Amino acid sequence: MTAPTLLRGAVTVGDALPELAYPVTATTVVLGALAARDWRPMHHDKDFAVHRNGTRDIFLNTPNLASWFERYITDWTGPYGRLQRVTFRMLGSIFPGDTMVFRGTVTDTGVDDTGCGWVALDISVSVDGDTKTSCTARVALPETEHDNPWSRTGDRWTP
Amino acid sequence: MSAIGIDDVEGLLGVGQYEEVGEFPVEQGYIWTTCSSVENGNPLFWDPEVADEVTGGPIAPPTMVSVWFRPHHWAPDRSTPGLPLQIHFDLKEGLGLPEAVMSDNTIVFHEPVRPGDRLRTRQILRSVSDVKTTKLGTGRFWVIDVEYHNQRGDLVAVESYTGFGYRRAGSEEAS
Repeated sequence: MTAPTLLRGAVTVGDALPELAYPVTATTVVLGALAARDWRPMHHDKDFAVHRNGTRDIFLNTPNLASWFERYITDWTGPYGRLQRVTFRMLGSIFPGDTMVFRGTVTDTGVDDTGCGWVALDISVSVDGDTKTSCTARVALPETEHDNPWSRTGDRWTP
Repeated sequence: MSAIGIDDVEGLLGVGQYEEVGEFPVEQGYIWTTCSSVENGNPLFWDPEVADEVTGGPIAPPTMVSVWFRPHHWAPDRSTPGLPLQIHFDLKEGLGLPEAVMSDNTIVFHEPVRPGDRLRTRQILRSVSDVKTTKLGTGRFWVIDVEYHNQRGDLVAVESYTGFGYRRAGSEEAS
């Protein structure tokens, strides 16, 4: 049996999520664009990116960045963590050669009217200290070892 | 695809537009490719026993919801595909605002998306602001929702985009 690895009761406002640093390569960018079915040339054609977009290189696409944020959150929660909502604010691009660093903190926690426990997170991905995308997220976590947010449906799931 | 002028806005608020079904069913291969691209080792997506136990069978990463609607780069017998956020471009054209930025994007997740699902989407204009002036220029903010349902009619996700269409400072006043 797969037991929950993180219960809501173990989380406190102000807790920091483990930092994730990742060196971005051209392969990271192209693989991410194709995985997200984003065929636009600024995500795989450096000549186009530089001469048509005016950027210094190809850059990570937004849908793939969403996948990076999801991975960062569920690395922390384990499989019982169920995303309720995420909000992204794009501030700058991430290029091959950058080391992107994800950091997150817990900003709030509670139980909704249906009994579903949740935590709110502030997350950022930065390069050399400059935030490139900020994200707020709310994720449901089990209240007990026998609770499973994924079992909630209909009126019992109010994200 | 038709331009949305300011007189059209009130009649379009809350109205579903551009309904379409994804070109292909949600499929496991893309789930693995996406997880691989971000080194996501969540066992929900790699271990069928964990998926059976926790989510009642395989699911797709929730943040992939828009992936299932990006059209093939080429397909036979297809005219030019619609833009993913067509209402945004209709507003730009109809309001005479040549520049635009997306300031933020929220996704709310409902029922899980599962391999084999055929998702349906529609776009809904939620609001258009009065004329505002920002550092970028003068224009209007708007909010567009994109709803996603599965083949059983269950809501699986809603994306909300806040856009700002504008004219750069010094150019002709926004209409």
